[in-house]
Amino acid sequence: MSVLIFAESNNGKFNKATLEIASYAKEVANMLGATVTAVAINANDTASISQYGVDKVLNVNNTSLEKFNAKAYASVVQQAVDKEEAKVIIFSSATDSKYIAALAAGNLSAGYVSNVVALPESTSPFTVKRTVFSNKAFSNTEISSDVKIIALAKNAFGLKENSVSTTEEAFEPTVNDADFATKVTAVDKATGVVTIADAEIVVSAGRGLKGPENWGMIEELASVLGAATACSKPVSDLGWRPHGEHVGQTGKPVAANLYIAIGISGAIQHLAGVSASKVKVVINTDAEAPFFNAADYGVVGDAFEVVPALIEKLKAFKAKNA
Amino acid sequence: MNILVCISHVPDTTSKINFTDGDAKFDSNGVQFVINPNDEFGLTRAMFFKEKQGATVTVVNVGGAETEPTLRKALAIGADSAIRVNAEATDGFFVAKQLAEVVKNGNYDLVIAGKESLDYNGGMVPGLLASFTGANFVNGCVSLEVEETNATAIREIDGGTETLTTSLPLIVGGQKGLVGESDLRIPNMRGIMMARKKPLTVVEAVAGEAQTKAVHFSKPIEKGACKVVAADNLDELISLLHNEAKVI
Ligand SMILES: Cc1cc2nc3c(=O)[nH]c(=O)nc-3n(C[C@H](O)[C@H](O)[C@H](O)COP(=O)(O)OP(=O)(O)OC[C@H]3O[C@@H](n4cnc5c(N)ncnc54)[C@H](O)[C@@H]3O)c2cc1C
Ligand SMILES: Nc1ncnc2c1ncn2[C@@H]1O[C@H](COP(=O)(O)O)[C@@H](O)[C@H]1O
Repeated sequence: MSVLIFAESNNGKFNKATLEIASYAKEVANMLGATVTAVAINANDTASISQYGVDKVLNVNNTSLEKFNAKAYASVVQQAVDKEEAKVIIFSSATDSKYIAALAAGNLSAGYVSNVVALPESTSPFTVKRTVFSNKAFSNTEISSDVKIIALAKNAFGLKENSVSTTEEAFEPTVNDADFATKVTAVDKATGVVTIADAEIVVSAGRGLKGPENWGMIEELASVLGAATACSKPVSDLGWRPHGEHVGQTGKPVAANLYIAIGISGAIQHLAGVSASKVKVVINTDAEAPFFNAADYGVVGDAFEVVPALIEKLKAFKAKNA
Repeated sequence: MNILVCISHVPDTTSKINFTDGDAKFDSNGVQFVINPNDEFGLTRAMFFKEKQGATVTVVNVGGAETEPTLRKALAIGADSAIRVNAEATDGFFVAKQLAEVVKNGNYDLVIAGKESLDYNGGMVPGLLASFTGANFVNGCVSLEVEETNATAIREIDGGTETLTTSLPLIVGGQKGLVGESDLRIPNMRGIMMARKKPLTVVEAVAGEAQTKAVHFSKPIEKGACKVVAADNLDELISLLHNEAKVI
């Protein structure tokens, strides 16, 4: 028996979320006395994944699948499940992975639990812990169906190296023309910047920054840390920053290892979207700002003084620890 | 165009979340329920279709009688009729089975659901529904135009957006962007009066098993107090982040 992962890739390379679910799947497989199989579409990157415990890769090389197609990809996963007789299927929380996870769950009549944050509590019954109510609570959820699908929350497990020798197998699933009724006609994607979805560190700023002309230091701090930049809702509403950067309840969720909030008050709607981040730092002139109740570390001070000083100190720190 | 908007009835974000029955059940005591924000964007988009292109808009919820005020609110915003499938929404799989039956019986061209609900945040109902009905499906949709039976949608991807063409029947998992925040409508007196006369049909659930079950809830452990570092001692902050938190 194998635990199957859907190994999402970008330009042929597995993304970090894929390596994370590989690490997780390896431990689930150990609990079940099973092996890990990855199904990969147009990615030839076995070397990276074999460091994280994947025993077998089903490589699908098919030009008609070059552009993402949710139905076609879900069908590939379904065929891989059938071939491997997999009972547990694991997806990451990357956007495309979650898009197809629900489709695959329907096709396979599988119980599906998303936002899973820990290894299964038990495998019989199969019980996993997930976040609910916008990270305000956890639910231990039992999956009773024969085939089980879970989506692991981002950065919930981390990477665990586990070098194995991976078998590669060419896999040629049938591709159904009808799935291409939905077609991608254009992709608009920033290149060369760290996205909020991929980032381990997110540097975020709010209305305390006073105006868009002051974002230079935010970008610089992010670049020193290899972080993505984000902002509060009013900042994107005012047009200071692009909408794609708005995080919170109505914006993008952030589940980073480190979230740095600069000049952000910490309204509940903002916190709802960032509370899944492991460590939070707040920089604010107002010691009474609600963000201090949610943060692990704080600096009471003026962003215009603290941020430039922090950049210099971090540069020195990075130079020393490089 | 015949549009169905799926409405999930969820606690407002500012609600305190508590559990009862030995942490086995959500405690709805004192909780204010609202239309799931993603669904409100979808409903408003449906109103635009209705006003500009002529469409009939039905709203649906799978839930007990307590969700009817939420459906009435959707009617007051402008939906033409409402359906409540009388059953406890035990899990996404069960809900999607019920919705699939409603879709089958109602011949809808377009079904707008939310990308995810604010309560269980499953992000699964639209995809499951697409699988059960076989309709085309766009998730994380931030823009939608329909021209006869052809649709153009934009969806959010990690780091950007993607434009798609597809056709009806279509299921959408929508979010902010379908309409802007300033487009959302607060029901006015006339709308509220009219909503009382609009049909709200209660239908019984069809057979279908939940595949998952929440057995126990818990809340995050109280985090320790925030460690405040003086603005002129940033070396201390860097040292804490490096040695204690181990995040840099
Ligand atoms: C339904 C709903 C949904 C919402 N969704 C979201 C959401 O998804 N995301 C979101 O962010 N908000 C959301 N909001 C808005 C939210 O309630 C707050 O209004 C918003 O988060 C405040 O943004 P802010 O912290 O940038 O601004 P403010 O509240 O204006 O705070 C600015 C902060 O900067 C500090 N400051 C000022 N000068 C300096 C300085 N020189 N140096 C350092 N600090 C300084 C101030 O002390 C203050 O704490 C939502 C609201 C509603 C009603
Ligand atoms: N009980 C329900 N009744 C009607 N629609 C629902 C229900 N639960 C979820 N939905 C729809 O499915 C979307 C995603 O929900 P979820 O999969 O629970 O995150 C919601 O935004 C609603 O549009």
